[in-house]
Amino acid sequence: MSPILLAIVVLGLLGLAGGAILVLASKFMAVYEDPRIAEVAECLAGANCGGCGYAGCSDYAEAIVKNGAPTSKCAPGGSRATEAINRIMGQSGGSGPSLKAYVACNGGENCGKRFEYQGLKTCAAATGIAGGPSACSFGCLGLGDCTRACKFDALHVIDGVAKVDRDKCTGCTACTAVCPRGLLKIKPAASQPAVKCSNKEKGAAVNKACKVGCIGCGLCAKNCPNGAVTVENNLASIDYTKCNGCGACAEKCPKKAILWIEGKPQPVDVSGTGA
Amino acid sequence: MSSGVATFATIFFSMILVNNYVLVQFLGICPFLGVSKKLDSSVGMGLAVIVVMFIATAVTFPLQMFLLDRQGLAYMQTIIFILVIAVLVQLIEITLKRYIPALYKSLGVYLPLITTNCCVLGVTILAVQNYSADMAAYGFGFAYAEALICSIGAGVGFLVAMLLFCGVRQRVENAEPPESFKGLPITLVSAAITSLSFMGFGGLVENIINALM
Repeated sequence: MSPILLAIVVLGLLGLAGGAILVLASKFMAVYEDPRIAEVAECLAGANCGGCGYAGCSDYAEAIVKNGAPTSKCAPGGSRATEAINRIMGQSGGSGPSLKAYVACNGGENCGKRFEYQGLKTCAAATGIAGGPSACSFGCLGLGDCTRACKFDALHVIDGVAKVDRDKCTGCTACTAVCPRGLLKIKPAASQPAVKCSNKEKGAAVNKACKVGCIGCGLCAKNCPNGAVTVENNLASIDYTKCNGCGACAEKCPKKAILWIEGKPQPVDVSGTGA
Repeated sequence: MSSGVATFATIFFSMILVNNYVLVQFLGICPFLGVSKKLDSSVGMGLAVIVVMFIATAVTFPLQMFLLDRQGLAYMQTIIFILVIAVLVQLIEITLKRYIPALYKSLGVYLPLITTNCCVLGVTILAVQNYSADMAAYGFGFAYAEALICSIGAGVGFLVAMLLFCGVRQRVENAEPPESFKGLPITLVSAAITSLSFMGFGGLVENIINALM
C-alpha cells in the first residue's frame, strides 16, 4: 500500500472509530434534562450575582424545577422574573416586596482616623489590622470591597463612605456578604428613613469617634408614632414592617444619624402595619 | 539508571518543578492566564488537566508505539493525537455527566477548554519523544510507566503553577497597580517573575533523588 493511501486510511479509520464511539456514548449515556430548566434560566436576570443563595442563575433554575425552590428569590429580575417563572412552572406565588441595599454608616469624613493605613486596599485586610484605621470600629472603611462585589455598578465610595445608587441597586444582597463590618443592609425600596450608623458603643465614645453617630438617646423611639423604632445596645433600629415613612425619627435625631437614604423624603401613606 | 523507583521519582518531581509545563516550557498559557483569577476555578481547571493528561497519554503512547511507528506513520503524530485527544475529552465529558454528576459539575465546564489545549498535546508528544527509546532497552511496560508518571507529574505541575499564580494574582490586583498596568500587563509581568523563580529549580530534583537513593 502506498504511504499516502495508508495515511489516509489510518486517519480515516481512527476518525470513524472516534465518531462511532461518541455517537454510541451520547446515545447510551444520554442524560435527560428537563427543558423547563433552560426556560426558567431565561427568565432570570443572568447576572449570576448569587443573591438567591444558589451558585448562579442556572443553579437556581435547576433548584426551582427539580426541588420546587421558591420562585421569588431573583432580586435583580424582580416581580417580572417571578411572574414569568410562575407561568412556566404553572404555579402562583407572590413575589416579595422590592428590596434595595443601604449602608448603615454615614461616617467617611465625619469619622476620625486612628492611624494612616497603607496596606492592601481591601476592607477585609484593613479591618484585620488593630481593628481598622477608622476611629469608629463599626464604621465604613471606604476601601470598596462592596464596590467590587456589586455586579450592577450601584455601589461607590464617595467621601470615604460607601453609597448605594438606588436607581441601579437590584437588592441582590451580594454586597451584604462581603462587607467585613456588615454595614450593607437590605430594606424595602419604599422611601423610608434608615439608621445610618452601626456603632454600639455608649454615646460619649460615639461622639469622640464620629460627628454623625447614633448615641442611643432614644428620641427617635419616643417620637415614632408606629413604634417602629427601638434602641438596643445604644443603637437605634427601624422595623420596616411597622414603619410608614413619616420621617419623625429623622427629624428628631439630634445627631442626624437617621436619614432619608439616598433619596428624596417622600412620606408614603401606609396605614397600619403593611409596608 | 540506578533503579526504577529513582527514575520514576525523578521524572515525577522534575515534571512538577524543573520542567514545569506552564512556567518553564510555556505550554498551556491560555488557561493559565484565563482561569487563574479565582482559586476554586483554578483548582477545577488543574484537576481536569491532570485527568485529561493522564488518559490522553495512556491512549496515545501505545498508539504511537504499536501503530504509527510500526507503519512508518510517525509524521502523522500531531494530527492523530489531536483527533484522539478530542474524542477522549468528549467521551470523558459524556461519561462524567452520566455517572458522576458531582464531579461533572466541578470539572465539566473546564473539559471543553482542554480539548485542544497545547499542554495536553505537548505532554503526549514529549512523552513519546523522551521515553520511546526506553522501550527497546527496558521493554514496553517500563517505557509506558515512565510516560504515565510523566503525564501525572505534568498535570500536578500545571495545578501547582495555577494555584501559585492565582495567589500572586489576587495580591497583585488588591495592590492597585498603576492604571496603565492594570489587567493583562501586570498579569504578564507577574507571570514572568513567577516563571523566573521556577528557573531556580534547574538540576535540583535529579541531584536530590540521586543523593537519597
